[in-house]
Amino acid sequence: MITVNAMGDICPIPVVKTKKALNELDGPGEIEVLVDNETAVKNVTKMAKSSGASAESEQLGERQYRVLITVGEAAAAQMKKSQSGSEDRGQDAAQPAGNGADGCRTCVGTVVAVGSDRMGEGSEELGRILIKSFIFALTQLDDLPDKILFYNGGAKLTVEGSESLEDLKVLEEQGVEIMTCGTCLDYYGIKDRLAIGGVTNMYSIVETLQNAMSVIRP
Amino acid sequence: MQEKIKLTRFAKHGGCAAKIGPDTLSKVLGRLPKFSDPDLLVGFETSDDAAVYKISDDTAVIQTLDFFTPVVDDPYTFGQVAATNALSDVYAMGGEPKIALNIVCFPENVDPDVLGEILRGGADKVREAGAVLVGGHSIQDDVPKYGLSVTGLVHPDHIYKNFGCQEGDILILTKQLGSGIINTAVKAEMASEEAEQEAIRVMTTLNKKAKETAQDFTVHACTDVTGFGLLGHCSEMAEASRAVIEIGVDGIAFMTGAKEYAEMGLIPGGAYRNQRHVSGMLDAGGVDEVYVDLLSDPQTSGGLLFAVPEQEADGMLRALAKADLGTEVSVVGRVVESNADHPCIRLLRKVDGR
Repeated sequence: MITVNAMGDICPIPVVKTKKALNELDGPGEIEVLVDNETAVKNVTKMAKSSGASAESEQLGERQYRVLITVGEAAAAQMKKSQSGSEDRGQDAAQPAGNGADGCRTCVGTVVAVGSDRMGEGSEELGRILIKSFIFALTQLDDLPDKILFYNGGAKLTVEGSESLEDLKVLEEQGVEIMTCGTCLDYYGIKDRLAIGGVTNMYSIVETLQNAMSVIRP
Repeated sequence: MQEKIKLTRFAKHGGCAAKIGPDTLSKVLGRLPKFSDPDLLVGFETSDDAAVYKISDDTAVIQTLDFFTPVVDDPYTFGQVAATNALSDVYAMGGEPKIALNIVCFPENVDPDVLGEILRGGADKVREAGAVLVGGHSIQDDVPKYGLSVTGLVHPDHIYKNFGCQEGDILILTKQLGSGIINTAVKAEMASEEAEQEAIRVMTTLNKKAKETAQDFTVHACTDVTGFGLLGHCSEMAEASRAVIEIGVDGIAFMTGAKEYAEMGLIPGGAYRNQRHVSGMLDAGGVDEVYVDLLSDPQTSGGLLFAVPEQEADGMLRALAKADLGTEVSVVGRVVESNADHPCIRLLRKVDGR
């Protein structure tokens, strides 16, 4: 068992030390973190859980707490994967575990712009099938996009009854931001049926597209 | 400056996260004698952002003071953030800043050029606000601190108060949330460059344009979202207005990375203090715990929170988009009840119709 003494350390040092210990553990095992305030208990517990480990805390005395972190086989494998990228500025650590992306910095700035509820020219029916499988395929990517914008007919994909809702939920849960054009929702009279993500406007859409490192259009 | 100084190394807590907790503060302030004056239009009874004193039928003076320890490493940027934050209290009252004075604490053994850069950052923001900077006061101290005392003017009939929101009002926030968490992640050296830059951009954006845009609309209540986090400031608004407020977390704009860093435990202690303070009036429903952390994150130089009548909300949103604030405007919720016996805040994924 590794013991991390973070007594007297102020936020965010206990979390940094815990992260380092998780990296050092390099496999299944236990880490004990000693801290002297409740903020640190909560934050260290969150750090452990976001890495897929489990954590339990107990108060040992006045201003004395112990957080016991248990890293199982699965969590250890997951952490190894997320460590394999570059260590530059600790940016890999900034990726939530389970985002499935090593060295994910390259995927920052990928925006998917969906301007229709169909994909490609030709048969409308086929177009609808294609867009549904396009969005499903996004969920399978190692490097997820940062944002998906829906406008014009694309706005119909984020409202109740859309066949892509489940897939979009999967994406959103993994941190992909989903935004739908408010004007478009109004135009089709479906604003009250929006079922996922936020509402955006043309200024934000333009800014997002301008700042994107790459834009994908289905 | 040969070596690049890291200002945040001096400070235990940065920015508005350095604010004394709301519980402690209300305990101490409750023991102070009450002052009254018929011309004092806004005092501290309602926990508002500044004092407002009427000097004639068409002019009232707004007086405010705000300073804190370094929240970013770069001195010029720290000056900008601190000044933007201090000026914001005047905008939150609906006023226009006119005169600013520097408040400075600075260590004797640090290169005075660093102080020069802090003051230059502050002065640039005062100029951008259209006010004048006329000196100030400085003392020696181990931990650098900087801020402004600002005097502003407002028409007595057009003061924004932090109470008075009414049933049906939509709550609009003019900046994305997350600066406390991002600053914590920066300290932990776990923040992405993108997240850090976005937080700096948001913290150095004056609330000037937001306030000027809002003046064309009915504003029932307004406050700036700072150290008590969105939940803390909403609870003050709810309490002072006797209102029930619903917050729809899906509609709120957060800074890049804020959610991920919160999940990793990069949360400033102030967020937990804020949570304790609002716990008695908060119904978090089935909303994921990370949102409670995000919404209680102490904001440094946060945006303005407006309560506007529903029929004007879309117009204000359009006008704010057109005004190109440089920040993300979002609808955070709505007032579902006024004159409530038990003012409270409910968290939902989405609020009705939004």
